[in-house]
Amino acid sequence: MYNPYQLTNKTILVTGASSGIGRTTAIECSKLGAKMVVTARNEVRLKETLDALEGCGHQMVTADLTNPSDMEKLVATIPELDGLVNDAGIAVMKPVPYIRQKDLEKVVNINTFAPVLLTGSILKRKKLKRNASVVMVSSVASMGSFELGNSIYGLSKSAIKTFAEYCAMEVKNREIRVNSIHPGMVATSMTQNTSLSDTEEMDFSKYIMNRCGKPEEIAWAIAYLLSDATLWMTGSQLIIDGGAHLA
Amino acid sequence: MELGTFIQQFIELLEESDAEQISASTRFHELDEYSSLLALTIVAMVDEEYDVAIKAEDLRKAQTIEDLFNIIKEKKA
Ligand SMILES: NC(=O)c1ccc[n+]([C@@H]2O[C@H](COP(=O)([O-])OP(=O)(O)OC[C@H]3O[C@@H](n4cnc5c(N)ncnc54)[C@H](OP(=O)(O)O)[C@@H]3O)[C@@H](O)[C@H]2O)c1
Repeated sequence: MYNPYQLTNKTILVTGASSGIGRTTAIECSKLGAKMVVTARNEVRLKETLDALEGCGHQMVTADLTNPSDMEKLVATIPELDGLVNDAGIAVMKPVPYIRQKDLEKVVNINTFAPVLLTGSILKRKKLKRNASVVMVSSVASMGSFELGNSIYGLSKSAIKTFAEYCAMEVKNREIRVNSIHPGMVATSMTQNTSLSDTEEMDFSKYIMNRCGKPEEIAWAIAYLLSDATLWMTGSQLIIDGGAHLA
Repeated sequence: MELGTFIQQFIELLEESDAEQISASTRFHELDEYSSLLALTIVAMVDEEYDVAIKAEDLRKAQTIEDLFNIIKEKKA
């Protein structure tokens, strides 16, 4: 069957795969035919993701990506990749006068340092094949959606957007591409834990689609960036926010 | 933990309300300047001063400043 979006014969690593967007991305990619390597810290939840993957030959590696030796272990374990999805991340809401160094370190360590160092380390070990695709899961917080109290998160996500562009320039000779994706609010445990209201009762009037996003709706866009349909796309930013950027 | 101190700390966060009018029985959700940013600021102040993490539902449950104080005290215990 004709399908330029398929992922058969591709091996793809997804970080943050024990929950939310990362888990759904892993599942959807497996349905499109990919062999998955899934990683996160929580072994039980990661195993649930592994069990939910379609097909066989998938692999899970537990790792705390803020821990250098875990990162090294992960990079040593993984096979050569056709795709890398840097999804793991956290959110902390702090008004500017209350930002402390430890808040900054906590967020930037996982949201910025981890994807930069993981991508670098995988490249160094030559574990990204020619024509591989790297996806940075950034956010609309780096694309002009300035939610009050979200500055630390926003700066951590802006940094990886910019990094994706620089990285795209450096890996072009091997035709590896690097793009970032910028979701608006998606119903996951992250949004449940950080917001001061339930996604159920939030006001989505600024979203043209009048609701928050579903993890699948981000996963499908990530799958698109991983597929050969985007071989000519690099250094791009894909905003998926139910049209909120128009409001 | 002192209620009086907490009220003072709460007043420090306000920019527009008349401090004289703020007391233990003030229904803080009804203040004109109550906003999502003020809510986050309250959460951050409580974290900094009392090392207690209050959640959305705690803020919702509390009607008055004293209610909020009692929730923090309970969590601290
Ligand atoms: N939900 C949204 O509205 C939204 C919008 C825009 C962008 N995003 C971005 O999308 C990504 C996924 O978010 P989500 O909403 O799916 O959140 P989530 O459900 O909380 O998932 C976050 C994932 O990151 C992993 N993780 C966190 N800290 C880690 C660490 N130190 N080492 C390794 N893994 C770690 C978690 O796994 P463990 O706890 O098992 O380690 C979990 O699998 C994040 O980068 C987020 O910023 C989300």
